[in-house]
Amino acid sequence: MTTQPAIEQVRVAYTVPVAKRRGWLFSHGGAWRLTGVLIAVLTALPLLMLLPAWLTAEDEVWRHLADTLLVDLLRNTAVLTLGVGVGVFVLGVGLAWLTAMCEFPGRRIFDWALMLPLGIPTYVLAFVFIGFLDFSGPIQSSLRTLFDTDTLWFPPIRSEGGVIAVMVLALYPYVYMLARAAFLGQGRNVLESGRVLGLNPWQVFFRISLPMARPAIAAGVALALMETLADFGAMTIFNYDTFTTAIYKAWFDLFNLPAAAQLSTLLLLFVALALVAERQSRGRARFYSGGKHASAQRYQLTGKHAWLASGSAALVLALAFLIPVAQLVVWVVRTGMADLDERYLEFVSHTLLLGVMGALLTVACALLLAYIRKQWPDNITRFSTQLATLGYAMPGAVLAVGIMLLFTWMDAGIEIMTGGTGLLLSSSVIALLFAYLVRFLAVAHGPVESALERITPSIQQAARSLGASHREVLWRIYLPVLRPGLLTAALLVFVDIMKEMPATLLLRPFDWDTLAIRIFEMTSEGEWERAALPALTLVLVGLIPVILLVRRSGK
Amino acid sequence: MTHLKRNALGIALCGWLAMISNVHAADDLVVYSARNEQLIKPLFDAYEKETGTHIKFLTGKEGPLLERLKAEGARTPADILMTVDAGNLWQAAQSGLLAKVDSRILNENIPAHLRDPDGQWYGLSVRARTIVYNTKKVKPADLSTYEALGDAKWQGRLCLRSSKKVYNQSMVAMMIAHHGEAQTEAVVKSWVKNLATTPFSDDDSLLNAMAAGQCDVGIVNNYYFGRFQRKTPDAPVNIFWANQASNGVHVNVSGAGVTKHAKHRNAAVKFLEWLSSDKAQNLFADANLEFPANPKVKPDPIVTSWGPFKQDTINLAEAGKLQTRAVMLMDRAGYK
Repeated sequence: MTTQPAIEQVRVAYTVPVAKRRGWLFSHGGAWRLTGVLIAVLTALPLLMLLPAWLTAEDEVWRHLADTLLVDLLRNTAVLTLGVGVGVFVLGVGLAWLTAMCEFPGRRIFDWALMLPLGIPTYVLAFVFIGFLDFSGPIQSSLRTLFDTDTLWFPPIRSEGGVIAVMVLALYPYVYMLARAAFLGQGRNVLESGRVLGLNPWQVFFRISLPMARPAIAAGVALALMETLADFGAMTIFNYDTFTTAIYKAWFDLFNLPAAAQLSTLLLLFVALALVAERQSRGRARFYSGGKHASAQRYQLTGKHAWLASGSAALVLALAFLIPVAQLVVWVVRTGMADLDERYLEFVSHTLLLGVMGALLTVACALLLAYIRKQWPDNITRFSTQLATLGYAMPGAVLAVGIMLLFTWMDAGIEIMTGGTGLLLSSSVIALLFAYLVRFLAVAHGPVESALERITPSIQQAARSLGASHREVLWRIYLPVLRPGLLTAALLVFVDIMKEMPATLLLRPFDWDTLAIRIFEMTSEGEWERAALPALTLVLVGLIPVILLVRRSGK
Repeated sequence: MTHLKRNALGIALCGWLAMISNVHAADDLVVYSARNEQLIKPLFDAYEKETGTHIKFLTGKEGPLLERLKAEGARTPADILMTVDAGNLWQAAQSGLLAKVDSRILNENIPAHLRDPDGQWYGLSVRARTIVYNTKKVKPADLSTYEALGDAKWQGRLCLRSSKKVYNQSMVAMMIAHHGEAQTEAVVKSWVKNLATTPFSDDDSLLNAMAAGQCDVGIVNNYYFGRFQRKTPDAPVNIFWANQASNGVHVNVSGAGVTKHAKHRNAAVKFLEWLSSDKAQNLFADANLEFPANPKVKPDPIVTSWGPFKQDTINLAEAGKLQTRAVMLMDRAGYK
């Protein structure tokens, strides 16, 4: 680790003069870097579609927001971000440390089971929690019967605390998965050096493991927060005003899409600044560990500690997965299976097909971007990656409209050139896949990049000095080493695509309904219980990749 | 890679592109709908059975669907736009997305206040937004108007749905049409003062809360109450027709219009006329326990059992026109 600055200097000395001599584009690796810029520009196009909105002044909406809601919704957004951020950090990192580095009763099960909540969309968890815990739900109703009273104090679920709790429970798996992979990757060396230095487990955690896992954890927390900021479904169910609900208010209620687009660009700007700030504060520190995936010597927890570990893991699992699924099952049984028909086969196959195609495309682009960024860490590639991963913070329906505008323009172009094919691209699966790429590139980028951190410059340099081309390096060294990271990325994106609703709703072709669309159909008129069937199916189908992930990444 | 492999890959790619690009039969009637699939598909199936015309449809949220129509412009495949409220139909007409239709049949079947004065859209079913109350704690005699729900006696006893739902926006817009903005704002403020709990995200949750005793009075669409009644006939909740001594119950429509760039304009008009006819009206309204827009058609028995009522007959286009002001008013009044 101490040789790191030296390597960095060597690399800088090696690349800079070449670039200067031949100009950026034609310099060493120019084609690769150009590809990176192209991907970034392409994914940024739908966001750029929003910029013309600033040409019109939407004073009325702005003045209205400033007079009435602005202070509240900024405050709410800040509280929500902070609450969810702290929550997913504590749950995600804590549980990951326990299952990766410690041994306690049930660890082998919790290790994979704690990833399961990933399959439950935030809007589903929101309506299940409210249905279960609100005044008229089973818990409060039976408590009132039990104590024979009409006025029983119970913490209100439709509240700030409730929103934060639900978002944390739905989103902590992002942090858990990435942190777990990082801890496992640190392997035996870390623990052994800790022991040699006479550190206790807490000291090893805070002074070695945590700082080393920082890129992975930061990536996970960033994902959770971007999803929180862009969330509309769960916020609507909780009737909680955030910046994003204000964006939709401007569009849906005040019929003012330009104002909505203006607000969206501000949200993106904020997210971009936050991401840059996090990277800056991480500094130039890089950590490489040569350790294998061997955690042979876990800390053996005993007695009270062991039970505490098992108990907290069990509690999180119950709240985030077991209880919600049980509630869904109850609703499905109660409303009967009347809605279950042969079309469900179609919904499932569309869901899977879109998920697989979208995941492959997205991960391929993420890998390219991450590789390019690692090879040529200059300002242009850094900016490109940053730009390409912003889509995740964008409210889904706004992003979808941007993509739709883009594709209808392209259709108009095609029509002029070929003389009339009508709408070929917009409202095709291509538009939908592109939407998934823009939205979920950040999701794939996190795991891919943190896996890349583990490839030491020395491997890379050895390969290059032996005459390997970039393509060979990527194919023969990166791909095998990165496989677990790529798999994590692909499955995360896959599950996210399955859960995605607004872009799918707007951009899907005729007769391309998915399970998420079914949930929309039921919930749009408040039929929560009937939505339980597609929701449960979605969770079950979503389990397939999670289980796959677990079996690959496990031991 | 050998040439053979490359060719094979190329062919496979072309096949895949053909599969996923958007190609559809030119003869189908195409509907963009904000009314959900389970409520419209039976109608489309019935129409196909009767006339042989196949109907393709795409469901979605109003806002994005309107943008899709706008972006597609003259190339849109959509012939008909269908929504569940008048505000969004008004907005579509305002944005020049709908075509004027002059049909004697539609004008005869649909009352004047339930359709666009210009014939750009037609209400097809009526949903009444009225008062519900807990029968254990409230007597019908205690109730009178929406406005009176702001009285001090309802302090801590009122449940409302979120102001972000267009049904409430239309209702408040119509109140502005009757009373003007200042008086309406005072009413909405008095409601907010009386709230028993944070506004709900949907009417079903509100009804459940009322049955469980969280609040005593509230405002919902009649079909949510109908569904609730069908599911839990013993629940202590009943419906009350508001404002009978004054302007009548606030109604909204689920309706449709023919798109400006419809490729099958005549077929689209014919379909709308069919939708306004006797048998289709029952299919349309009864599926969701709404009132048929065509006054000659009798509603579902559950709906009839609530008795006749006087409805507000100001043209629903007002709801669209005043929606923005209604939304801003509710924000000012602190109605979330």
